[in-house]
Amino acid sequence: MKFPYSEKVLEHFRNPRNVGSIENPDGKSTEGSPACGDMVSVYIKVDEDTKKIKDIKFESYGCASNIATGSIITELAKGKTLEEAKNISWKQASDALGGLPKIKTHCSVLAVDGLRAAIANYEEKHGLIKEKIPTTKEIVLKRLKHVMNPLAGLDLVRTNLITGVKVENGTAEVTVNLPEEHQFANNIREEIVEKLESLWDIDEVIVNFSV
Amino acid sequence: MDKKTIYFDNAASSRMDERVLEAMKPYFFDVYAVATSEFGYSLGIEAREALDLARAKILSALGNPEGKLIFTSGSTESSNIAIKGVVRNLSGKKGKHIIVSKIEDFPVLNSAKSLERNGIKVTYLDVDKYGLVDLNQLKDSISKETILVSIQHANQEIGTIQDIKTIGEICDRNNVIFHSDATHSFMRIPFDLSKLSVDLLTVSAHTFHGPKGIGALFVREGVPVAKWIDGGFQEFDLRAGVENIPGAVGFAKAVELVTKEENETLRNLRDYLVEKIQNEIPYTTPNGHPEKRIPHNANITFHYVEGESITLHLDMKGFAVSTGSACFSKSLEASHVILGIGGDHERAHGSVRFTFGRFNKKEDVDKMVEALKEIVRQLRVISPLKGEKVR
Repeated sequence: MKFPYSEKVLEHFRNPRNVGSIENPDGKSTEGSPACGDMVSVYIKVDEDTKKIKDIKFESYGCASNIATGSIITELAKGKTLEEAKNISWKQASDALGGLPKIKTHCSVLAVDGLRAAIANYEEKHGLIKEKIPTTKEIVLKRLKHVMNPLAGLDLVRTNLITGVKVENGTAEVTVNLPEEHQFANNIREEIVEKLESLWDIDEVIVNFSV
Repeated sequence: MDKKTIYFDNAASSRMDERVLEAMKPYFFDVYAVATSEFGYSLGIEAREALDLARAKILSALGNPEGKLIFTSGSTESSNIAIKGVVRNLSGKKGKHIIVSKIEDFPVLNSAKSLERNGIKVTYLDVDKYGLVDLNQLKDSISKETILVSIQHANQEIGTIQDIKTIGEICDRNNVIFHSDATHSFMRIPFDLSKLSVDLLTVSAHTFHGPKGIGALFVREGVPVAKWIDGGFQEFDLRAGVENIPGAVGFAKAVELVTKEENETLRNLRDYLVEKIQNEIPYTTPNGHPEKRIPHNANITFHYVEGESITLHLDMKGFAVSTGSACFSKSLEASHVILGIGGDHERAHGSVRFTFGRFNKKEDVDKMVEALKEIVRQLRVISPLKGEKVR
């Protein structure tokens, strides 16, 4: 039989490692969204003294390359320090899997983003952000690039759905160019809040729908 | 290829019947002349006769409507000739507006989009939750500018059958040409073109165990289709190129081999599969119309999981199916059909299409559902979507 994936990808797809969730994780993240296709959640437990990843688990709603990358990334990250784990690249994950089809980059890069976001979530919660850069409009927009526009399957920023961002006195206010009663409005609101509320100097996230 | 592959993707392609190959063989090795050499030598006459006979047999299966049947390289070409041929002929004279449904297959949809880029106005008709075109919207959309309506007979993904009788009557009353893509209905459901106001009809051999690379376009008498492929005078001077005589003969043979009983068998297999899945696998949604559907198609969404993962797992166990997931398509776009019937991306991503053919058996359905149960269960275990109830 012939498959469009390497043996290693198929092996991880068949028997994904470290699958599931962790109760009371030290850090967690969800990248992607059900509305736009692939989605990955990453959960980590961190040793407070060594700052090493003690345990890591992932969940995937996605295609074979998404599942396989999620699996390999947990293998690569387990036992590493947060600093080391942060630097695991998509290329490393892809190489460890014996290569991925080019068209599947989007699905597989989510797992790498997921790991980095889970680490960032840990650092934010534990006050470990060394350089406390004040949140700006640019930082907010960068984060919103990880929120999908389910109508287009691309992110909110690239599809021009974000018409306003204001950051002031610990409040981030985002305006989305969609009607409040739109079928995806609630999903989008939740995702925006989730992406922004962990920023160290943000206490409140307000999402407005402008149409 | 592994001999053991159990193929439930007969809408995409189908295993050719040996009897079709036997019928075609003489036209590769003995009567290999082209029909246009009939005035040159006798082999050409035999070729011409074979081509005419094939044409007559297919026209007969269509109910012997008044008009011509042009052989093409397949459905894609047929629909391109129909849509672009009519527009090319009439857009300077009558108007610049055409109407298609939102859930057409790509030959029709992308022909329309291509024309749209060149200044033709296109209306994309909505469909209801079962995939049926809104006939009132159709009536309201037709204007003096409208030259063509193209609405499929049966849908490629969800199998819903449109009311082409009424659509044809609406077009007829308004003096608009009506094209229908019948790739997925021809030979699988009975219809009589001599009693329908369909001006152009697309058919293909590959969906019912005929050869690939041969299709046909029916053109009703007097319908102005501009010649699309230039060259010689073949096919009533409507489609140039060396005639694919083995293909045409194989097409006609494939038509002869389909029986009413076979279609009943396929319907039973399909119903058996759907019932079994609904009884044995939780959180599924059937897609398409419950009754108005072709007999050999089932389309089911398995919630909380992604379709390409299902198809790959099934493939590793020897079963071939397809999915409307974005991950499955080269364009990375989710099925426009599932989105068209009001489904969200999650419903499209988890949708799996099963299409039956002559070589499928009931035991194969049993085996596949067994495999599917375990695959879906496992994928739900690792899915972050399922919520507490499925865990």
